[in-house]
Amino acid sequence: MQAFLQQILNALQLGSVYALIALGYSMVYGIITLINFAHGDIFMVSTYVAFFVGSALMAYALKLPGLITFLLTMFASMMFTAFLAVVIERFAYRPLRKAPRVSAVITALGVGLFLENFTLATIGPHPRFLPPIIPVQRFTIGGIATSNIQLIIIFVSAIVMFLLDTIVRRTMVGMAMRAISWDKFTVPLMGVPMDRIISITFALGASIAAVGGTLYGFVYTIDPYMGIRIGWWAFISAVVGGIGNIRGAMLGGYLLGLVEIFTPVILPSSTYRDFVAFSMLLLLLVFRPYGLLGRPVTQKV
Amino acid sequence: MRKLALLSGLLIVLSIIAASCAPRPGVIKIGLNVELTGGIPVVGQSCKNAAELFVEEVNKAGGIEVGGRKYTIQLLIEDNEDKAESAAAAALKLHTEGVLLMIGPNASRNAIPASEVAEANKMPMITPWSTNPKTTLDPKTGAPKKYVFRACFIDDFQGAVAAKLAVDLGVKKPAVLFDVASEYNKGIAEFFKKTIEQLGYPVVAYETYTKGDKDFSAQLTKIINSGADGLFLPNYYTEVPLQVQQARKLGFKGIIFGSDSWGNLELIDLCGPDCDGLFFTTHYAPDIATPKAQAFIKAYEAKYGKTPDDVAALTYDAFGLAVTAIKQAGKIDREAVVAALRGITQYEGVTGVMEYRGTGDPIKSAVVLKVDVPGRKFTYYTTAKP
Repeated sequence: MQAFLQQILNALQLGSVYALIALGYSMVYGIITLINFAHGDIFMVSTYVAFFVGSALMAYALKLPGLITFLLTMFASMMFTAFLAVVIERFAYRPLRKAPRVSAVITALGVGLFLENFTLATIGPHPRFLPPIIPVQRFTIGGIATSNIQLIIIFVSAIVMFLLDTIVRRTMVGMAMRAISWDKFTVPLMGVPMDRIISITFALGASIAAVGGTLYGFVYTIDPYMGIRIGWWAFISAVVGGIGNIRGAMLGGYLLGLVEIFTPVILPSSTYRDFVAFSMLLLLLVFRPYGLLGRPVTQKV
Repeated sequence: MRKLALLSGLLIVLSIIAASCAPRPGVIKIGLNVELTGGIPVVGQSCKNAAELFVEEVNKAGGIEVGGRKYTIQLLIEDNEDKAESAAAAALKLHTEGVLLMIGPNASRNAIPASEVAEANKMPMITPWSTNPKTTLDPKTGAPKKYVFRACFIDDFQGAVAAKLAVDLGVKKPAVLFDVASEYNKGIAEFFKKTIEQLGYPVVAYETYTKGDKDFSAQLTKIINSGADGLFLPNYYTEVPLQVQQARKLGFKGIIFGSDSWGNLELIDLCGPDCDGLFFTTHYAPDIATPKAQAFIKAYEAKYGKTPDDVAALTYDAFGLAVTAIKQAGKIDREAVVAALRGITQYEGVTGVMEYRGTGDPIKSAVVLKVDVPGRKFTYYTTAKP
């Protein structure tokens, strides 16, 4: 039982990061039906921004409390990544908005490759950790080992997801997003600034990925290619949950975290992990083509 | 008159083409197939540094004399991106560029496919750092490959050394976590398991992961619940810090030890205090070096400003071995070089004395190093003879 709870905690940590990245996929797909394959690499860029900002803040010995440094680092990473995503949308996706959808997907793949190789060329391939902005404290509660970092990851992710859910459901911007996602031909005619709403969606999605990226950098090493695999897993999370659905993306993220942790526990080797994840995806798509929480889209003719 | 002019013009053009086509006199091309990007970039960099140092030393001294003629070495460097397919492609490219022999790749996951290319194209290859037996063995016949050599010991030996180390350190219930997708990690884990079980200690947990994984908490939780008191991590320095930190976070208190793939100071930078006092088996220790090794260490430190790691030392030895063979071959010919390599029974390199007994695998001692995080260095602990 203790081991089981320990694994659940492990899965929560991983699932939180997947969920945060899956949200960005889901939001962008929801609003302009584009699978933004560059999203995993935007996440990668966010961890590097956090790395440099965090290192700079630590190096200048401002003697800020750990929590303030952490929030500043995360905020800087969110701002930069949001800006990057808006620029990418403006120059890579917007000109193709009326082109066949496959062109935009290929462009997204290209943007991802660009980000990877640009990072590789400028920063280099060496793996790094974020500096110890918040010193790690390890402790056990009832026989379950955890650390302050792990708890921060889980709680910060939960808060951010709650905030995002509120923004999408309760604010004017959120309403505009949902409206455009519902009908992107009529809604702009009613005075909703479509381009601006799309930019805001990209910025929001990317800054949430940056929260995930900053948290990820505290516990795992970062390298230029890290976005590929984690991007795929977040993409599956979004599809499993029902792509375009915010709560579905969160659910999918935590489910994939569970799959990632429990595959090596139940099956003899972790090598089965991708196999299990993709089989799950296939089975799910056969029985629920729109994902767990997704709804079928009615195509207007 | 016009015909004559045309003819002489043609002759001039032809002679220029002929001159540029003729082999540049006195140059031996040696290929370097190396992991400059990808999972273990520091290994690639060390290998490249040592190779360039060696070539510079040889060329400054006027080159090497082969069959009464002086030759300088030209180094052709190919990045194999730490990928099996790129390593094979790089080997093929070096072959078509006409290298006399190829040094590298370093990781076994790259060296094994590259060795197949070398064997098929009859191109001599010396890997500095690949310890997996399959690098020099033909998988079909089980016989040694004809064109492939190495400068390091093999995993059978290293796995056994690690098992004996574990027993010496008082481990009674060993556990292993290794990358099942990588030949090196898998091979060494298997030999460790075999030896330590022969010594009478059952492996209580034998867990795997796949290259690129960053979260090992599921496997480590299983290992901790198995009651293991020792954890063997025969994995690369980029992954070991994550594994050690996650193991300690989950409450693992036993001894953690590893293999030569730890031997890079980046391990200390990434891992921090969690790795202090851990042990690993490797090829050489800078603090007990012979005069020959001291000279190499001094030259390397002067040129690059840091102590050479095991890959650098082994690369230097691989080049030393290659040059010795080329000199003995007496001509610039791949078959002659291979025959000369086969003929070498003993070579004293910077990593110690290497004895060859008719195969491409040298017999040499291993050392155990201890990680000293505050000192940011690896200190000598003990030597294990074959």
